[in-house]
Amino acid sequence: MSNPVRLKPITEHQACFHCGEQCTSEILHFDGKEFCCSGCKLVYEVLSESELCSYYDIADTPGISQKSNQGKDNRFDYLDDADIIDKLVDFKNQQEIHITFFIPLIHCASCIWLLENLHKLHSGIVSGRVDFIKKKVQVKYNSDQINLKEVVQLLSKIGYEPSINLADSDKKKPEISDKKLIKKLAVAGFCFGNMMLFSLPEYFSEAELLGEGFKKTFNYLNVFLALPVFFYAATDYYRSAWLSVKNRAVNMDVPIAIGIVTLFIYSLFDILYLGNEGYMDTLGGLLFFLLIGKYYQQKTYDTLSFDRDYKSYFPIAVTKVVRNREEVIPLIKLQVGDIIKVRNEELIPADSILLEGEATIDYSFVTGEEVPISKQKGELIYAGGRQKGNALTLTVQKSPSQGYLTDLWNNESFEKDKIQDLASLANRISGKFTFIVIFIALLAFAYWAYAGQVSTAVLAFTSVLIITCPCALAMSTPFTLGNTLRVFGQGKFYLKNAQVIERLARVDTVVFDKTGTLTDPGKASVTYSGESLSPETQSLIKGMVSQSTHALSNRINSWLEGVTATSLEQVLELTGKGLQTIYKGQQIRLGSAVFVGANTKNLPSGGNLVFLAIEEQVLGYFYILSGLREGIAEVVSEIQGQAKVHLLSGDQDHERENLQQTFGQDVLMNFNQSPKDKLTYIQQLNQSGVQTLMVGDGLNDAGALQESQVGIALTDNITNFSPASDAIMDASMVQKLPRFLQFAKTSRNIIKASFGLSFTYNVFGVFFAVQGLVSPVFCAILMPISSISVVVFTTVTTNYLAYKRGLKPKIW
Amino acid sequence: MEVIFVLIAISLILAGTFLFLFFRAMKGGQFDDNHTPAIRILFENKPNNKNKEVPSTKSK
Repeated sequence: MSNPVRLKPITEHQACFHCGEQCTSEILHFDGKEFCCSGCKLVYEVLSESELCSYYDIADTPGISQKSNQGKDNRFDYLDDADIIDKLVDFKNQQEIHITFFIPLIHCASCIWLLENLHKLHSGIVSGRVDFIKKKVQVKYNSDQINLKEVVQLLSKIGYEPSINLADSDKKKPEISDKKLIKKLAVAGFCFGNMMLFSLPEYFSEAELLGEGFKKTFNYLNVFLALPVFFYAATDYYRSAWLSVKNRAVNMDVPIAIGIVTLFIYSLFDILYLGNEGYMDTLGGLLFFLLIGKYYQQKTYDTLSFDRDYKSYFPIAVTKVVRNREEVIPLIKLQVGDIIKVRNEELIPADSILLEGEATIDYSFVTGEEVPISKQKGELIYAGGRQKGNALTLTVQKSPSQGYLTDLWNNESFEKDKIQDLASLANRISGKFTFIVIFIALLAFAYWAYAGQVSTAVLAFTSVLIITCPCALAMSTPFTLGNTLRVFGQGKFYLKNAQVIERLARVDTVVFDKTGTLTDPGKASVTYSGESLSPETQSLIKGMVSQSTHALSNRINSWLEGVTATSLEQVLELTGKGLQTIYKGQQIRLGSAVFVGANTKNLPSGGNLVFLAIEEQVLGYFYILSGLREGIAEVVSEIQGQAKVHLLSGDQDHERENLQQTFGQDVLMNFNQSPKDKLTYIQQLNQSGVQTLMVGDGLNDAGALQESQVGIALTDNITNFSPASDAIMDASMVQKLPRFLQFAKTSRNIIKASFGLSFTYNVFGVFFAVQGLVSPVFCAILMPISSISVVVFTTVTTNYLAYKRGLKPKIW
Repeated sequence: MEVIFVLIAISLILAGTFLFLFFRAMKGGQFDDNHTPAIRILFENKPNNKNKEVPSTKSK
């Protein structure tokens, strides 16, 4: 009974002309070319009709597979709704409408070419314009010739289905702040450059190159140029400093703001009253460098926009039934008591009661359990489940904003602001730093005032503040963290912000979710034992499982890759039992041991079993084990060197032994965990004082991800899903997780080292400043040197260390 | 030596003009996307098409 039979794959695979995928189940010939599915063929037809086949010249097989994209013709009906249209469009007048779509499938030059030639496909479209990096397309069309729905249908027909969600329609955030920063940077740079020029006589003050008159004029010009810097370019720092003082927390921007104000006022006093040269050029340089650091930091954040809003997970539209007529309405208009229709593969938008139909709900996003649950008429179905099977009629019990998912989302732990209890390293240091600096400055002032030399006292006071002005200190953190974010980003590990790095560095306990995190849905191992399967039986099985949406059916289906499915008239799916059909007068059953009446002795344990029986005669069984991700055992053991490892799973514990063997005895394992349990588990860990890192795969772990100090969401498709986490990691990069954790610690050390560097400069500077010995030349030289050296130091060390640890392919 | 004042005026005006031009270019969206145009320039417009109006290169 135990000779495993492996299927041999079909040898000659033909690559699809459109998408380049291997044609496995069917091959369509058209125009002397091969296509993997009718969708791909259709796209080719559309393009060739419009003479757009140079699409295929720019890159080989540029298309996107159309296999998954068939059926459901009315799914864009909500785009007829005037409210929705108004929310989505950028611009609208009598004839023309401009709208920007986000199309995650844009991936090559051909995509740009095709989308910019949309006007050749439909005369109503005026133009399409692609932003490749943001994967956005701005489409302009004539509203009397084509409507929004038709535009979206056209796009999806050629394989570029836009992703539209409620978060989009809620109004896009303008990117004004970024532009403002660039403007400030430009102003600071312009003024700084010119002020350096006018300070030239200062730099050569000994040379007496020019007469006194020139020097004065130059100083006044400097004052004039410093005005835009002081009143415009530096405004962010005043605001931030003021806010932090108001909240009684001293952050990095407080000493900077004090420094800027002191520098400006003292220079003004120095130039206009004392007739000296002031430090206006220093002020310009300071702002210029500070803003460069800020801009750099912001750029690194732009890698990924994180959407913590639950709305992006929900569908945008639902099918409502009114007087036996179907009507697609936007989700926001859904009300309690409405009757809705949910089709195969659609999400339940709100907690509802089942009126009609056989519900088989897949809650894998919510609970982590892959096996769908069946529900009877009159039972409550929670939001967030996905219907597998025939269409359902439901009556809405709660409005979408109050559903089960939203409850989970709005759990009170989500509201807590983690940033408050964990003041970041730089801020804590700079807080103390500020007090020390002010203390030293006051001490120097008091000393000189006591000695009767008031002018020296003022000079010493201000020069201590100026020379210790923490620009180097301020820059070391953003530059180091910005670099680290970039290094992580190159490794497809996207952090929400720089503070996550500091929290990552403190992690001492790592909690893994099992399903989808440690296991790879695509790597389940299937073995068949029993009488060998004839090609006819294989295609018969394929025909049966391809009509079922059960997780185990899917696995058998993908195991039978390359086999052509027999088309079967009627496949009966008996929930909890299996599949049944009649083929050539014979009854075929596929399912549990009880269902087919199999003998349960001497069977392998630790996995799922699916039996095959023809006419009550058991032929054999499939043994299905959920496969672990590649290299995950090494990851776990490597992390165990740095931190404690816990494992949470929503599944039953029949794989415990297996996992314990792979990961070792030190890993704490917990099974049968609901999302709530996971959240409580993390809460308990937090209360015991450890710093937790949760690695999960999305919404079913949303609570736990949020509750942990750092939550990392593993995802196989970054553009598809953005859960409530602090970081998103491409699932293929999980092997590098221990190295990323290490590097977070390293970057913390780099910051500390650069602090040391800038402290050295400061101590050196203060030594002279308190004696009232500091001259403008000294200031002008020391400040930029200290800042530049710190920036160079942090940039070089982060890049070099990242390269050395294999997190980066090249040093630059 | 007084000529230096004229030079300063010229240099400030020149630099100010560049700053102004930079702001204008930024407002016009020239820095919004600096990847796509580099690809777009490589596409050829086939002459045998019905010669519809080529989409303008201005973003707004």
